[in-house]
Amino acid sequence: MTSLEAAQKLKAKFGDLVSEPAEFRGEISVKVGDAQQIVEVCTFAKEDLDFCYLVDITSIDNYGDDPRWTIVYHLRGLRNGCEVRLKTDVSEEKSKLPSVINVWATANWHEREIYDMMGIHFHGHPDLRRILMWEGYPYFPLRKDFPLAGKPSDLPGVAFTRLTPMEGGPFVTVAGGNSATSREPRIRIPETDSIETMGRLERRKDIQEAHGHPKGPGPIETK
Amino acid sequence: MRTESEIGYNSKIEGDVVVTTVDAALSWFRKNSVWPMPMGLACCAIELMAVGASRFDISRFGSEVMRFSPRQADCMIVAGTVTYKMALSVKRIWDQMPEPKWCIAMGACASTGGMYRSYAVLQGVDNIIPVDIYVSGCPPRPEAVLDALMKLQNKIGKQPVLERMTVTNLNNKEAA
Repeated sequence: MTSLEAAQKLKAKFGDLVSEPAEFRGEISVKVGDAQQIVEVCTFAKEDLDFCYLVDITSIDNYGDDPRWTIVYHLRGLRNGCEVRLKTDVSEEKSKLPSVINVWATANWHEREIYDMMGIHFHGHPDLRRILMWEGYPYFPLRKDFPLAGKPSDLPGVAFTRLTPMEGGPFVTVAGGNSATSREPRIRIPETDSIETMGRLERRKDIQEAHGHPKGPGPIETK
Repeated sequence: MRTESEIGYNSKIEGDVVVTTVDAALSWFRKNSVWPMPMGLACCAIELMAVGASRFDISRFGSEVMRFSPRQADCMIVAGTVTYKMALSVKRIWDQMPEPKWCIAMGACASTGGMYRSYAVLQGVDNIIPVDIYVSGCPPRPEAVLDALMKLQNKIGKQPVLERMTVTNLNNKEAA
């Protein structure tokens, strides 16, 4: 059984609940229309399609879109080598879906991490508490409206957080520049950076140097 | 070094003798027996283990044992990323160490937060404890840690021992 066949069997069993399998670079994804029925889908996948291994559960914050949350389950059948991705959407008002812990016990910590980082509740989870941050931390850090520098908070006796000095912003490397100096992490706005821009700038500097124009500060490149 | 002088001893009988002040002698004892407390939190701890192993032997410098109990240690080597979750524990362990105590912040994460400019990482352990020596590197070479230990030993050698070490005293000594 290949991954595509397994996904098609899933579609055949659940009909409208499950979308047609989509394929991208050899990976099969399937969308589950109603997050509240994810347990039935996962139970069928585990018992009948032999997806015995839950690789990961992760969540996506579609900030600005409704529904805001997308929960992604990566399943793998170790005996037959099938891999399938299940995606479900959850709206922000609800922010709740059933836990698949009774299907795969490993879902315990994955769902705790999603609760900790995004604030999505899993009902049926025996011990839904924060796993990376501490009990009483007031924010959900991986939401898109949470700043990279963090927010100050104080829980006396347990932990405190402070703002991180960003010094102008995250220092981003631009891949694919034709020299290490152009790739160096600097204060960049990644949307305006492009490999062509970097290349043109480099070539312009080289031409200027060849014509004897004064070089700007920085390491000298010799060809 | 044989001496035959009026000092009051005959070195042929009593052997080589060094004359010094009590303070200097105590400083010398203190700096050559700095027992580290490894606060090994992340990858720098591996390099700290390498410093303690046979090739870059830290016990050559007097740090004979890595005491994991803070009550028995002199110097806390913070080796690794200090997260906000761990910060109060590090502070508690520091408070349990008896005076005199020193701190080496090993690596970029312990010194300034390193590459982790984020909501979860304390930007430098010097926000919670007083650091004497900062070692840069990610991770620092074991030789760099030994260099830090040597610098710390120089620093300890200059600190007063017999007089109670208060901030006022240190300030006066530096001003004098």
